[in-house]
Amino acid sequence: MRVLDVVLAVAVGLGLWQGLVILTDAPHFILPSPLRVAQAMWHSRAVIAENALVTASEVALGLVFGSLLGVATAIQLALSRSAERIMLPILVFTQAVPVFALAPVLTLWFGYGMGSKIVMAVLIIYFPVTSAFYDGLTRVDQGYRDLAQSMGAGKYEFLRQIQIPNALPSLGTGLKLAAVYAPIGAVIGEWVGASKGLGYLMLLANGRAKIDLMFASLIVLACLTVLLHIAVGWLAIRLARYAGGESPRRG
Amino acid sequence: MNQPPGIRLSGRHKLNGQLLFSAELDLPAARWTCLLGRSGVGKSTILRLILGLETGGAFEGSITATDGAPLDRRIGYMAQSDLLLPWLSVLENICIGARLRGVSPDLHRARALLDRVGLSDRAAAKPAALSGGMRQRAALARTLMEDRPVVFLDEPFSALDAGTRADMQELAAEMLVGRTVLLVTHDPAEATRLADQIVVLSSDGAQHWPVPASPPLRSLHDPETLACQSRLLDHLRGVPA
Repeated sequence: MRVLDVVLAVAVGLGLWQGLVILTDAPHFILPSPLRVAQAMWHSRAVIAENALVTASEVALGLVFGSLLGVATAIQLALSRSAERIMLPILVFTQAVPVFALAPVLTLWFGYGMGSKIVMAVLIIYFPVTSAFYDGLTRVDQGYRDLAQSMGAGKYEFLRQIQIPNALPSLGTGLKLAAVYAPIGAVIGEWVGASKGLGYLMLLANGRAKIDLMFASLIVLACLTVLLHIAVGWLAIRLARYAGGESPRRG
Repeated sequence: MNQPPGIRLSGRHKLNGQLLFSAELDLPAARWTCLLGRSGVGKSTILRLILGLETGGAFEGSITATDGAPLDRRIGYMAQSDLLLPWLSVLENICIGARLRGVSPDLHRARALLDRVGLSDRAAAKPAALSGGMRQRAALARTLMEDRPVVFLDEPFSALDAGTRADMQELAAEMLVGRTVLLVTHDPAEATRLADQIVVLSSDGAQHWPVPASPPLRSLHDPETLACQSRLLDHLRGVPA
């Protein structure tokens, strides 16, 4: 049933696209038809695949490093009052800096390779992961705190046994946000300066009036993002089920 | 378990500068004390004060054990909410105290306790798969696992249906025998069934209420218990004797 829904949605989308092409009678170098884009995608499949792999690697590495950094920061904030007081305002302030505006500097610092794109993705997902996980770590039912205190719990054991498992659903929410942001970060990094990646390919195709290739790259990028979203969504559901005590076999 | 101490609380508690209560309370050693009173009069606050938990107010006075030793880590605590961790199995939940102290739990004892509360076949189940009564039995086993000479119960049975509640009262009375127990409750029937001593808390202080001559656990059909229960209910409702 759900597969049928997806097929229908794709068909409607393609239909609307084709309708727009017919209605506006736009030349193919302004708005290519779905068929032309499909041809371009097939024709340039090797180039697209090569660049998609680069972008996918940047996004995946950015996600892993950004999430690890966010998780570590959230734990540090939750453990230490002074870290919370000093770090939290800094974190909020850094969010007021548009990360996109940093892209040229990051390229200057980390070069034209994958490094600067990974750093970009890390920076863009760091805050959502940190704040979501931190929120989960601190939002522990007072009853658990009372019980743990009466049992003589240590700070680190309380964190490990109660706070972290309790915060896993929140972490899942943060990771879902990160999965949406990370590709944006990587592609912006590629726009500013790169010699590989889907963002680079899009700019290149655009510059050479190969709009069909540009669209083909864009569609592949969108598909990558959707796949990532599905994978992280699956992980988020597992995390929430674990924390809720549901058996993973069910449903 | 060591010899259970008695506990004496004497003093006044202020909340936002307003006097909540001024009271003297004695919890005799190895006896059940049931604390009643209207909502908001500070019953749970007394329990939290002795447990050393945050109360949001200021207490002036003293809390001492009759044996003179500190009360720290000598009181077990069971609340109205079972506070089972949903991601742990029943057995793991029973052992949470040891896990929280970073020591390895005595699994043999945990299984024996599960057996005593009738949950041995649910050791591997997650709390979500248990009924309310089973969850409270697991919470009772967790409290016993701590093996503290003093046990504080904050309305632990109030969310259960009447039949399950009576079962739980009997189980708790049996399993907590020989310990100093403070039970905070709203239910005059529960208090008259279980108490060696009944204390009614109001803003004027802690008033002792006479208990039936028979020892707890008292029968639900005993006329003296029933009479005591209705007089206590009248008193709590403000009906003159």
